[in-house]
Amino acid sequence: MATIQEKIAKLFPEITFSEGNAGLELTVSDEKWHSVAEMLRRDEGFDYLVTIVGMDWADAGLGCVYYLMATDRNELLAVKVIATGDREKPFIHSVHDLWDIATVYEREVYDYFGIIFINNPDMRRLFLNIDWNGYPLRKDYDEDPAINPVSIENERQTDFTEAWVERDGKIVKEQYRIFSPDDFVVNIGPQHPATHGVLRFRTAVDGETIKKIDIYLGYIHRGVEKICEKDTFQQTLHFMDRLDYFSGQNYHHGLCMLYEEAAGIKVNKRIETIRVLMDELSRIASHCLFIGTYCMDLGATTMLFYALRVREQILDIFEKTCGARMTFNYSCIGGVMQDLHPDFVSDVHKLLEVLPANISEYNKLFTGNVIACDRMEKIGVLSREDAISWGVTGPNGRASGWACDVRKTHPYAVYDQVEFDEVVLSEGDSMARFKLRILEMEQSARIISQLIDNIPEGEYLVKVPKVLKIPAGHWFKMVEGCRGTFGLYLESDGGTRPYRLKLAPPCLPAAAVVDHITAGEKIADLITIGGSMDYIVPDIDR
Amino acid sequence: MQDLSVGTAWFHTFLLGFIPEWAAVTLECLLIGVGLLLLYSVLALFYILFERKVCAAFQCRLGPNRVGPWGLLQSVADMFKILIKELISLNHTDKFLFALAPYLVIIASMMAFAVLPWGNGIEIVNFNVGIFFLLAVSSIGVLGILLAGWSSNNKFTLIGALRSGAQMVSYELSMGLCVVTMVVIAGTMNIHELCMAQQHLWFIFSGHIPAIIAFVIFMIVGTAETNRGPFDLPEAESELTAGYHTEYSGIHFGFFYLAEYLNLFIVSGVAALLFFGGWMPLHIPGLDAFNQVMDYIPSVIWFVGKAVALSFIIIWFKWTFPRLRIDQLLSLEWKYLLPINLFNLVLMVIVVTFGLYL
Amino acid sequence: MEVTTKGMPYEAWKDNEYIESLVKELRDNGTNVIVGSFDKLINWGRSNSIWPLTFATSCCGIEFVSLGAARYDMARFGWEVARASPRQADFMMVAGTIVHRMVPVFRRLYDQLAEPKYVIACGSCAISGGPFKKSYCVAMGIEDIVPVDVFVPGCPPRPEAMIYGIMQLSRKIKVERFFGGVNRKKRQEEFWASHPISDETTEN
Repeated sequence: MATIQEKIAKLFPEITFSEGNAGLELTVSDEKWHSVAEMLRRDEGFDYLVTIVGMDWADAGLGCVYYLMATDRNELLAVKVIATGDREKPFIHSVHDLWDIATVYEREVYDYFGIIFINNPDMRRLFLNIDWNGYPLRKDYDEDPAINPVSIENERQTDFTEAWVERDGKIVKEQYRIFSPDDFVVNIGPQHPATHGVLRFRTAVDGETIKKIDIYLGYIHRGVEKICEKDTFQQTLHFMDRLDYFSGQNYHHGLCMLYEEAAGIKVNKRIETIRVLMDELSRIASHCLFIGTYCMDLGATTMLFYALRVREQILDIFEKTCGARMTFNYSCIGGVMQDLHPDFVSDVHKLLEVLPANISEYNKLFTGNVIACDRMEKIGVLSREDAISWGVTGPNGRASGWACDVRKTHPYAVYDQVEFDEVVLSEGDSMARFKLRILEMEQSARIISQLIDNIPEGEYLVKVPKVLKIPAGHWFKMVEGCRGTFGLYLESDGGTRPYRLKLAPPCLPAAAVVDHITAGEKIADLITIGGSMDYIVPDIDR
Repeated sequence: MQDLSVGTAWFHTFLLGFIPEWAAVTLECLLIGVGLLLLYSVLALFYILFERKVCAAFQCRLGPNRVGPWGLLQSVADMFKILIKELISLNHTDKFLFALAPYLVIIASMMAFAVLPWGNGIEIVNFNVGIFFLLAVSSIGVLGILLAGWSSNNKFTLIGALRSGAQMVSYELSMGLCVVTMVVIAGTMNIHELCMAQQHLWFIFSGHIPAIIAFVIFMIVGTAETNRGPFDLPEAESELTAGYHTEYSGIHFGFFYLAEYLNLFIVSGVAALLFFGGWMPLHIPGLDAFNQVMDYIPSVIWFVGKAVALSFIIIWFKWTFPRLRIDQLLSLEWKYLLPINLFNLVLMVIVVTFGLYL
Repeated sequence: MEVTTKGMPYEAWKDNEYIESLVKELRDNGTNVIVGSFDKLINWGRSNSIWPLTFATSCCGIEFVSLGAARYDMARFGWEVARASPRQADFMMVAGTIVHRMVPVFRRLYDQLAEPKYVIACGSCAISGGPFKKSYCVAMGIEDIVPVDVFVPGCPPRPEAMIYGIMQLSRKIKVERFFGGVNRKKRQEEFWASHPISDETTEN
């Protein structure tokens, strides 16, 4: 059987190939890109679009790197596409018809780089104000605050999306209406108790039934990716705590691994074990908070307090070792900041003792409740195909029957040496997403119990140059955060700062898919569904 | 069992010694009105603190404990605060209706107070359709909520008000049927006679199966009527920010807040009246000594005690169950509670006709 | 005058000089006895009943949730009545970063709060932009947008720090004059004059 490379080379002889750290890399010109994408999607089974990395290679022009994955064999593939046109109006053909999530990812790239995606029906800005001047992630972006001043005037609202469409070989600009003029549009958010932060849904309703949702992001867009380009490698780490603040440990772990791989630093097994322990502890803490806030959204406030009890216990463990309750900043390049606290092992044992009792208490209080079942079962059903096409990873994807756990598909650190099950449920409804997280807590506890008594001896921090330089090149890495696959893309020009650091958060697809799965449900179900997707808004907006 | 009507009658004749009858009645009405208002606010303050403490206990917390001894003055402080908060007036609204709505809500619950069985002989108005009057006035409250939601000119409040309208109108049916079921066994709608009919045994015991069914339904319906969790859809915090009273501030919001707690008291008071003898002490036929001891406890304490105990159950609901969805809420009423209730009414009639009650 | 609250000894407080200067400024003109004692009663009520608006944008918001949970239990002080509607809240705990797009929303929320209203800037983002100082779209501190009463530093501040911050606010309310509260009003007017907003804002 021919390899993919041979197959593609046969059909598209002008494509160049190279080998990256994550897999095969293709370089395609824009006019061929859509047909290549179609072939990859339809014939080769690359059904999951991991991320689109917008790039500004300065003199080499603007472009994108698409990361694709074939979910049946977990094979990664990168495609580099250079935009046509000048810097004023660069064009790339959209692939929104092949992967649903591309609609949103392309909007993000447009927002950051001004690359226009031909045929994408929604080319509004994603994160920045509608009247923002300039494209911030371009290398020649002018950051003068006078150009984009802080305004207390309300933002201009529009009911139209913009689109550049190809008609008879010409590219024309068109507008589409989002809501019909007689829709009753309710504005939910950005300051709303159930949106878990500053997310805004413009919701067209018919009585209590939802007709359409238009999602607005960017109310906490802090431009982390741009700041990272101004900081040294070590300095970029602490932003990982402030994206998805529950997966701080996991994200740190991922970025450290990326830098270590790029700089050729080897860490010992003790460091890897400590990092995995911290990852799994924060996964339990994060799922605890999910259970609490989700139940609170459904009206069962008491569960929040019960769930937070366990979380506080875990935070105590963290606090002793890391010195902070939330923004730990614990993993660093070449190891961890400081050694484990002497009480760490005994504290974790205590936690493992109380955890099963707590989990059964949650189930007793909530999961079996008739009202809770009625509220969650068959609500917001996300099929496996949709989950993959929308790129919904993590517990949400696994609840839809998609085994997408990076710890299993691309094992890192010591995950291949411990025994644990990847929990996969097939229902795809809110109940499955809720149950799956409880089951995952048990699996995390299983990982911890295997590792806690076998922490190998060794250094907790290997020697790393004070001023770290990473050779020119690019790397891609994925880790399993508490909410799904966190992708990291690093492009270095050989200096002490990242040339481009792209963070592909798991929460953006989870929020983007809400419109798709809420149509026809009740307003109250929007809260159920939104809560069960468990997105963290700073993680979406970055 | 002390009959407190002796005291009120004495006061009436005492007044008649000085002033003509019309003036005496006016003066008494005024005194009762002032007394009710006082009682009303004290009860509300107590209930707010009670709920906060109970909810804290359910959630393994301490609850208010800094303001005053054991936090007893917390709700007094809240009252001061809320009294002096700014009343925001909105543009593009019907100002008159906007201001009227909280008063309608509060008046509805105040009027219901008039027919509660406070104690032996001190029912404020004792007339032959007392319980019917109570049902009638308590449904004025929904008008206030609808007005509040509509006149705020806000989409959230409108949805909240419509939900509330649908909910209250549906659940009033079951409420009425529960009351009718108990009226069948009592044979009267007079509050005093309802209590006296339970002299030997409370209805929950003497009416056995149909009474217990009616009680369970009444508690569910009562929770829904007071807009409390798990039926708090009109003000579902996670969906509609604060529901129908989102736009109200200051004391207007305070009225809604108070009315919620007083309706809780009223519903538990009615439940106490219909199923647990109102102010009637616990009597067990055959145990005369026990009955005598029970009689020594004043009837006011019996009534308030029962009402608070029943409110505790309703608060317990709120802090345990998740919220229902609007369609589930309505199907619960129309598909389950109403048929069961109708069946239960027939059952009660059979029980009474054949004298099967205890 | 020693201003303290919740049984904390006066020496345990920090920033006592600030409160003392505030007291001095307020008491300079002397007070009517009746108005003064009425003021005291009302301020006792106000300082003991400060209801927060549920407003959180990022990490600090989670610590605010912890503050409500069983271990730190802000209900002890009567702060647990978190209102989702700004009309019914007393203070705004600005927990998290405020970015360009959020600024008008945030300012409107502040305008919607009913007087007397207070703002606590919680965490370094709200105070100065914090770790996102270099960002192109973060508002560098909320002081330019609304008047701030208390600053609580930290990233995020620990729940204990938040308790202390709210208690400082409570102390500040205690010394204010409710009747003829000239100082506060004047200060606010000055603030609005320096931060104008066009008056007709449209609801979408």
